[in-house]
Amino acid sequence: MTLFNWTRRAVLAAGAALALAPMAAQAQTPEGVLIVGQVAEPKSLDPAAVTAVNDFRILVNLYEGLTRYKPGTLEVAPGLAESWEVSDDGTEYTFKLREGVTFHDGTPFNAEAVKFNFDRMLNEDHPYHNTGPFPLAFFFSSVEETTAVDDLTVQFKLSAPYAPFLSNLAYPTGLMVSPAAVEAGGADFGRSPVGTGPFKFVEWRANEAVVIDKYEDYWGEPAGAQAVVFRPIEDSNTRVAEMIAGGIDMMVEVPPTALSQFEGDGFNVVEQAGPHVWFLILNAKEGPMADKKVRQAVNYAINKEAIVNDVLEGTAEVAAGPTPPAFAWAYNDELSPYPYDPEKAKELLAEAGAEGASLTFYVTEGGSGMLDPVAMGTAIQADLAAVGLDVSIETYEWNTFLGNVNPGLEGKADMAEMAWMTNDPDTLPYLALRTDAWPENGGFNSGYYSNPKVDELLESARTAIDQDERAALYKKMQAIVQEDAPWVFVANWKQNAVTSDRVENFTLEPSFLLQLEKVVKN
Amino acid sequence: MGSYILKRLVAAIPVLIGVSVLVFFIMAMIPGDPALAILGAYATPENVAKLNADLGLDKPLVQRYFIWLGNMLTGDFGRSYSQNKPVIDEVMGRFGNTLILAGVAFVLCSILGILAGVVSAARQYGLADKAITFTVLIGISIPSFFLGMILIILFALKLRMFPVSGMYLIYGGGGLADLANHLVLPASALAVVATGVIARLSRSAMLEVLRQDYIRTARAKGVGERRVIMGHALKAAMVSIIPVLGIQAGFVVSGAVYIEMVFDWPGIGQMLVNAISQRDLLLVQGGVVVVAACYVLFNIVVDVAQALLDPRIKT
Repeated sequence: MTLFNWTRRAVLAAGAALALAPMAAQAQTPEGVLIVGQVAEPKSLDPAAVTAVNDFRILVNLYEGLTRYKPGTLEVAPGLAESWEVSDDGTEYTFKLREGVTFHDGTPFNAEAVKFNFDRMLNEDHPYHNTGPFPLAFFFSSVEETTAVDDLTVQFKLSAPYAPFLSNLAYPTGLMVSPAAVEAGGADFGRSPVGTGPFKFVEWRANEAVVIDKYEDYWGEPAGAQAVVFRPIEDSNTRVAEMIAGGIDMMVEVPPTALSQFEGDGFNVVEQAGPHVWFLILNAKEGPMADKKVRQAVNYAINKEAIVNDVLEGTAEVAAGPTPPAFAWAYNDELSPYPYDPEKAKELLAEAGAEGASLTFYVTEGGSGMLDPVAMGTAIQADLAAVGLDVSIETYEWNTFLGNVNPGLEGKADMAEMAWMTNDPDTLPYLALRTDAWPENGGFNSGYYSNPKVDELLESARTAIDQDERAALYKKMQAIVQEDAPWVFVANWKQNAVTSDRVENFTLEPSFLLQLEKVVKN
Repeated sequence: MGSYILKRLVAAIPVLIGVSVLVFFIMAMIPGDPALAILGAYATPENVAKLNADLGLDKPLVQRYFIWLGNMLTGDFGRSYSQNKPVIDEVMGRFGNTLILAGVAFVLCSILGILAGVVSAARQYGLADKAITFTVLIGISIPSFFLGMILIILFALKLRMFPVSGMYLIYGGGGLADLANHLVLPASALAVVATGVIARLSRSAMLEVLRQDYIRTARAKGVGERRVIMGHALKAAMVSIIPVLGIQAGFVVSGAVYIEMVFDWPGIGQMLVNAISQRDLLLVQGGVVVVAACYVLFNIVVDVAQALLDPRIKT
């Protein structure tokens, strides 16, 4: 019998020890230190080398670009450049740089530093071009030459007028890195980044945290927090649990279904519509969707209100056209979304002789900006079944999905899900709606939409220097595209974040960039 | 014994080469490529081609395999593009974390499982046996990731006894006590199923031994019950329990994949899942080869241990 007596005692003692020991270890996050729950480990902290919003969220606090987005808008404002002039033909941009700015390593920020940054990215012969690859360098592919005119003046020569240039400079790919730090770090620069921003890099503990500290010699308003810690937590349920437990002070990309957990005291939910559009590409080249009436019919048949309210729990708004309303200056607010009208859809299908058509629908399991693609795809399938369309879904993992969709839908599918987040109203329509952007020409017009009028408007908007003139062209384009219905316009996502009530002055930007310089942590 | 170990080690080489061939060509065959994963929506055919050339992926497949194998033999596993650092640094760091988690879980499930099996067998059909058998059945039936979530809700959110996730406190953490505190929940969740399996098999192994004549002889001689069970019976039963432990060790390491996702444990399972979805070829390949090598090594250790315990096994 003795054998089992000591076992019981041991079990009891062990249990008691386990229960008591860790009680003391549950510390709150410290004052002045903001802990942010991120969705993944960053790939690199070299702004020229990365493409993911997740990385951008850290970068914009360490670095600055020549221009930036005016807070709360997607309009361009001065950043490290105080002012600029554009030549009349739109091919020469001359920037006057801010005086007295230094990088965190003491290197002065000047015209030579700007030249270094662009040459590194664009010039294959540059000694530090091998610190790439630079996947988004094509944002600046129109730059032919960068010249340091004097210490604080820098000039760009473009191969052709390119109006989105200024907003591309505000995008993270245009953030300025310290030349001395690149020379010292080489390919490992992305692990020990040096910029000019309100925070400076402290350490990167692999798979655990990136720590940045307030930069005391910052040229502008000093940061509100002493330090920010970015912690990657990939599983969204785990991220939510950490937020509830107080292990992190802020989390981004809260799953719609978890939002209700943060309604009570102690938390603030922040939302902000951004330059995002979720749509269905329709194959306008062949099959039933080649008929405009059928494309309009599916726009009527899909209950977008139900998708944004029920599937996405109100974390998105119904999209009216190809351009998200976040581009306020270029958005045509006279357009209203296609109403949910199954009867009208049936009429249009009857007129087109497409009743009961069978359609193939590409759905992805997940992916950047895709929200809840399987549930949304299923809801769409049901709506289309209600107007007599027989839709069969084919689901692919994101990478495979892109490999199928980007080369074009011809011979494969009638419709496919897609979502884009961009920084300029030019980007998406220029890459995905022009005739010259058909897949065989290297574009993303996977549904083969073609309207010469739209092509012309987009080309003119790209070369127009005046913002009002550009805006008028984009508004016309939106009206035509809405009528032509090459896509089903479904949703504009509202980015969200939750903070604990110890966090103050936090807002989300329409650019989806996480600017933390004003945030205070109590 | 020395030559036996050597023989087993030599036999492991073709296994590892086979693994390297498999993982290389499987990764090459799955649709989607690294450039697509990096460029995402901006992956125009032109950009993809340029980036593939930058990454050295434009060479013929077989040539790429031998370049990779050759580099690996010199200890160079290449550079991970998704982590932007040497593959071997990332793999070893991550695998170390997995071994901490899996190691603790393995010790837990071995001790608890054998103990439960022994108690069960010694008290066959008694109350303790029934209670243990029932508990074990529940343990085997619960998927570990689900148990993980339940543990988080109960012990981290409701009772606030343990942290939700991670390996150390994010700010001002570190040290053994902090690590142990973060280990309790994931290691328990990971150990439960394996404990159940080990308990069941230990019970039947013990029962079989307890029916042997020499046990009756020992009891007839007046040897104490505790000594009969812990000394005579368990020692003989261990010969059939150890291979089970070996299998369960593999199971615990592979089961760590789910647990690492749920508890955000920065281990190799979590790394591999991400690396696959980002088509980080070199990282997947390097990670799989290292895990496979470790697994092979573990099997050899188990076989050697068994040979040492049981003189009937030819070495």
